[in-house]
Amino acid sequence: MNAKIDYTLHLADTTLILSQRNSEWCGHGPILEQDIAITNISLDLIGQARNFYQYAAKLIGNTDEDKIAYLRTEREFKNLLLAEQPNGDWGQTILRQYFFSQYQYLLYQQLQNSKDEQLAAIAAKAIKETSYHLRWSGEWVIRLGEGTDESHQRMLNAVNELWGYTGEMFIPATYESPVVKENTGVSVDSLKQPWLEKVKTIFEEATITVPEKVFMHSGGKEGKHTEHLGFILTELQYMQRAYPNSEW
Amino acid sequence: MITHSTDKKLIYSYLEEIKDPEVPVLSITDLGIVRDVILNNDEPEVIITPTYTGCPAMDMIAAGIKMVLTSHGYKNVKVTSVLSPVWTTDWMSEEGKRKLKEYGIAPPNPKQQVCNENLFAPNETVQCPHCNSYHTHRISEFGSTACKALYQCDDCKEPFDYFKCH
Repeated sequence: MNAKIDYTLHLADTTLILSQRNSEWCGHGPILEQDIAITNISLDLIGQARNFYQYAAKLIGNTDEDKIAYLRTEREFKNLLLAEQPNGDWGQTILRQYFFSQYQYLLYQQLQNSKDEQLAAIAAKAIKETSYHLRWSGEWVIRLGEGTDESHQRMLNAVNELWGYTGEMFIPATYESPVVKENTGVSVDSLKQPWLEKVKTIFEEATITVPEKVFMHSGGKEGKHTEHLGFILTELQYMQRAYPNSEW
Repeated sequence: MITHSTDKKLIYSYLEEIKDPEVPVLSITDLGIVRDVILNNDEPEVIITPTYTGCPAMDMIAAGIKMVLTSHGYKNVKVTSVLSPVWTTDWMSEEGKRKLKEYGIAPPNPKQQVCNENLFAPNETVQCPHCNSYHTHRISEFGSTACKALYQCDDCKEPFDYFKCH
């Protein structure tokens, strides 16, 4: 049961943190339609996070989604390191979203067959939204990659910044083996090859080379984060910390 | 003393009064998000399902259901949200689609056309709710709310929202 709770929190935390990151673009997008697009994606992700948190709260008992999101410290967060990386420029945000959506699409395809009915239902509901995110971010990677010299260079910089955080998605955390064994969770190692193949196809169209032999960071899924998460939580949790139990 | 026949039909007719706060011409029954009404000793439980995962209207809708049914004399109204089976735009009533069009929002096409992962898929053909032309193009797949995309008519030039297939 503990493994299932941790696994559900991992799914929740990753979507919450990426949602929080994307929401930083609100009012700052390069053009209005794209500002709306990235904040819509943010909203979808926070919706998914809420579903996972509500389910985790039920499994834990005697708590609720807000307490879990607002009152845990960074070492308790189990999100992917990729999700907490800074927005950088538009290209970096797009690439982070693309890497993630490509992974999440493959993940949800399998999670919707989970033996756990609630996890399966959340995935089945969310995968349609993920397909929107995947199309949108994938198209932008291509558009920027084979766009102007400037946009191409920015995509190369983005790949340089983010590639080292992609390996973690496919390394199972300690709580993942039990949930995979009981067919409630997805075996992430099996997603690596299909993910890489999809990325290669997109990168080829975007005239970007897939990096090789890059050191891969990991630890986020086990609560060991980059320096960025603390700052995100400081902002995200401020109201509940300053005014405990406040609601609106 | 309030007396009422506690049958489901009556409760459904009360639920008609509750509108989607983001598309106020649509009632929640038009939207097709009311899955069931269960009566336990005259205390109703309304089962609803969200349209989009992150739809912020769901909390307001749940509060609306409680308020409306309470005002009709029901006690301990319970609202339960279920995710499965997944809501799709097929659950929307024909009446709902007609109301949407009248309101200036193109209703979802009867068959999903672009809900897959392929990039640069051709735009879905959407009829302009103002002049009925099919000569339209998509401006953005994301619109003012999670359920809408932004289109423009090439004939009457009006921009319009499209309640996208889901």
